[in-house]
Amino acid sequence: MSDALHRLAALLPPDHLLTRPEHLAAYESDALTAFRTTPLAVAIPETTDEVVALVRFCHKEGLPFVARGSGTSLSGGSLPVADGIVIALNRLTRILRLDPAQRIAVVQPGVVNAQVSLAAAPHKLHFAPDPSSALICTIGGNVAFNSGGAHCLKYGMTANHVLGIKAVLGTGEVVEWGGPSREHIGPDWCGLFNGSEGLFGIALEITLQLLPRAECFYTVLAGYRTLEQAGDAVSAVIAGGLLPGAIEIMDALALEAAVAAVHADYPPGCEAVLIVELEGPREAVAVDRVRLDEIIRASGPVEMRPARDGEERLAIWKGRKSAFSAVGRISPDFIVQDGVVPRRRLGEALRHIGKFAAESGVRCANVFHAGDGNLHPLIVYDGRQEGALKRAEALAGRILKMCIEMGGSITGEHGVGVEKLDYLPVMFNAEEMDCMARLRAAFDPLTICNPGKKFRRAEERK
Amino acid sequence: MSIPITPTTPAELVEAVRSRPRVLAIGARTKPRLSQVPDDVCLISTGALHGIVEYEPEEFTFTALAGTSLREINQALTEKGQYLPFDPMLVEAGATLGGTVAAGLSGPGRFRFGGVRDFILGVRFVDGQGRLLRMGGKVVKNCAGFDLPKFFVGSLGRYGMLAEITFKVFPVPASRLTLRLTTSDAEAAAKVLTEAANSRWELDALDLLPDSKTVCLRLAGPAPALEALSCEVLARWPGQVLSVAEADAAWTELREFRWAHSGCVLVKVAITPAVVPALYAVARSLEDTRIHVSAGGNVAFVSLPSSVPAAALQERLRALSLPAVCLSGNAPLWCGTRTDSAISTAVKQALDPQNRFPGLDD
Ligand SMILES: Cc1cc2nc3c(=O)[nH]c(=O)nc-3n(C[C@H](O)[C@H](O)[C@H](O)COP(=O)(O)OP(=O)(O)OC[C@H]3O[C@@H](n4cnc5c(N)ncnc54)[C@H](O)[C@@H]3O)c2cc1C
Repeated sequence: MSDALHRLAALLPPDHLLTRPEHLAAYESDALTAFRTTPLAVAIPETTDEVVALVRFCHKEGLPFVARGSGTSLSGGSLPVADGIVIALNRLTRILRLDPAQRIAVVQPGVVNAQVSLAAAPHKLHFAPDPSSALICTIGGNVAFNSGGAHCLKYGMTANHVLGIKAVLGTGEVVEWGGPSREHIGPDWCGLFNGSEGLFGIALEITLQLLPRAECFYTVLAGYRTLEQAGDAVSAVIAGGLLPGAIEIMDALALEAAVAAVHADYPPGCEAVLIVELEGPREAVAVDRVRLDEIIRASGPVEMRPARDGEERLAIWKGRKSAFSAVGRISPDFIVQDGVVPRRRLGEALRHIGKFAAESGVRCANVFHAGDGNLHPLIVYDGRQEGALKRAEALAGRILKMCIEMGGSITGEHGVGVEKLDYLPVMFNAEEMDCMARLRAAFDPLTICNPGKKFRRAEERK
Repeated sequence: MSIPITPTTPAELVEAVRSRPRVLAIGARTKPRLSQVPDDVCLISTGALHGIVEYEPEEFTFTALAGTSLREINQALTEKGQYLPFDPMLVEAGATLGGTVAAGLSGPGRFRFGGVRDFILGVRFVDGQGRLLRMGGKVVKNCAGFDLPKFFVGSLGRYGMLAEITFKVFPVPASRLTLRLTTSDAEAAAKVLTEAANSRWELDALDLLPDSKTVCLRLAGPAPALEALSCEVLARWPGQVLSVAEADAAWTELREFRWAHSGCVLVKVAITPAVVPALYAVARSLEDTRIHVSAGGNVAFVSLPSSVPAAALQERLRALSLPAVCLSGNAPLWCGTRTDSAISTAVKQALDPQNRFPGLDD
């Protein structure tokens, strides 16, 4: 251990700084497994004071660090850096306050997303953002990536549910923004911190708004001969003036994977399955579902399957939410893309993706948040094959450029990380990139907070 | 004070910003305190920088120039059966989109789906170096780059000058129904706020009127459902259903601050439902002070008569540890608690290195 690491270890309880290769191995990657880096060490603080001490130490020593929740980032956000340490936040798992009257929870960053809703459930409340990884990913990671899920159209992303943040910045300064109120005074610092991908500092305490759990759901699954028809059905639902909680689509390959993995059951012979969910007071859902059924019936599905009870609803969602891991089972490796296109161009975008995939000889499954125009092409490849990763990345790049050309975005909810480094400067011009670099430098003048993510490191750029 | 410059295009806005060492944008000046700055600051009016640039009903998005009036926007959205769910305020007074973002002002309807910050998607703005920059995006979901659009909400134009803004919109609910509930006092009213906010009804708005005991509550959704829900609400608390005209008048009065003293100090305070009784106690202790509590007890608007000095309010808000900003009248801009941090200066430096825009303390 170097001298600096010895001093670092002294800031933590005994054995809370991992330095042996066999221990570091568990941290060398996140859910974007194509990238691996071994950090100098992994620090496992038990308290937020220790996190502050670690960051201040890193600031003094100019030592880079990467905050890490559960390492489920799909863009390489929590990939370690070779010349720095990982600060693992999984021991900071306390829900500090749950106030059902004000409908808020104050949590430490290592609290797992689903734990918040679980703790709030006895009060008939929940935390709305529901990424498919909810059972493992942390609130700190959700904040850093402004994570989404299936219910963003109606309820927004993580940022829309974060009322307050206490954080230690890259300068070592500890700040507290916002608080228990749903309104704020002055610039929206919390809003700015959300989605900063760990480049501003580490969130220590997060105040979340909780919402009353919807009393009633109506979930319907419809199978279509073509993806195009499913896309048109989405437009019809939107044009019908309904505001569903979720609108999702899965294509044939994704369906095949879900069938294999969780024995999901879908109408046979379909190229696409559409899932639409209404939620609200039972009286409102009772009226809206009639309208939704009409619209979907008119959209020419092969088959329409409304969930008759809670169990059937969960089964529909299980198939959808397991899609990523299911595809993982039919292929050794995959890259999950996260581009966004204007909703009305979904059909066109999917046609292009199919064409790009065919041209490059790479298979690609599509699962997506259709209501938001947020695509999730899952590009499958076998990393053991010569050049396979390169081909997969090339396909991913083509898809991203298409999203930008269509007026969309390179990422809806997974962040830029290391995976989309080359594409942020395509979406934003040099002056805009400069503005973001200046902002970053305000929070982290030494570039020690998660360097090399979102923006390339200076030495790499040369 | 000199006559404001009035650019008509984003390019002219850039020119205007570059033409003076110190500048600040103004819209319709419906929140005059926010643009009350030292004399050496040249004002740039967005009055001629108006118009809807793009409106895609099917995408739930529109983009408009910063000086576009909310009246114009509401009209365009209504034609397509859509609306801004954060429920903009001061629409009839002529408020602009840019001013609404800079002031961070949301109306009673923000209760259901969130405030300005929850619906802003992207901006084009001029930074302190006079560069026209785009941040955020034009689609309903995007997390590329940093979320400066959100940061601008409530930033009072001190970090950049907005040229163009993109918003997310929603379909208008099939119908709305407003109920007025009468309680005994602020304490009882606060309890109603909390219970109603936690109910299964998914209320559209939930406010407490300046009399401190009348709760105004709005349901939204398919008409038959609202009938049933309103019966349930009225079985719980005494009150009545307002006619469409009465309801319109009641909400307009709140949105336009018609209940407030005219030409006096008006302050926005971020609160929680728990402090509602204490806040009304403050109002009682300061003669003829009026308070409208909105968003289920998360924001309060306080109006002082000219006889009450702003310092008295400031002192009391600080005692309650509440942050506040003054929208109009002669009072300190930040008239509640305020913590200053080094990062605030550093970010100002990053976006406006020459201090072309006034600081948050000006
Ligand atoms: C099967 C699967 C399904 C998924 N589904 C979705 C989905 O539906 N929607 C979606 O949006 N995402 C999804 N994701 C992506 C991922 O789960 C999210 O990005 C999640 O928020 C990451 O959380 P984490 O705790 O794993 O963070 P990590 O991966 O550990 O870290 C993510 C980023 O956050 C930073 N970070 C972590 N903690 C902090 C902190 N306290 N302060 C500051 N920065 C911090 C890290 O440095 C890193 O940059 C999925 C991932 C998988 C593997």
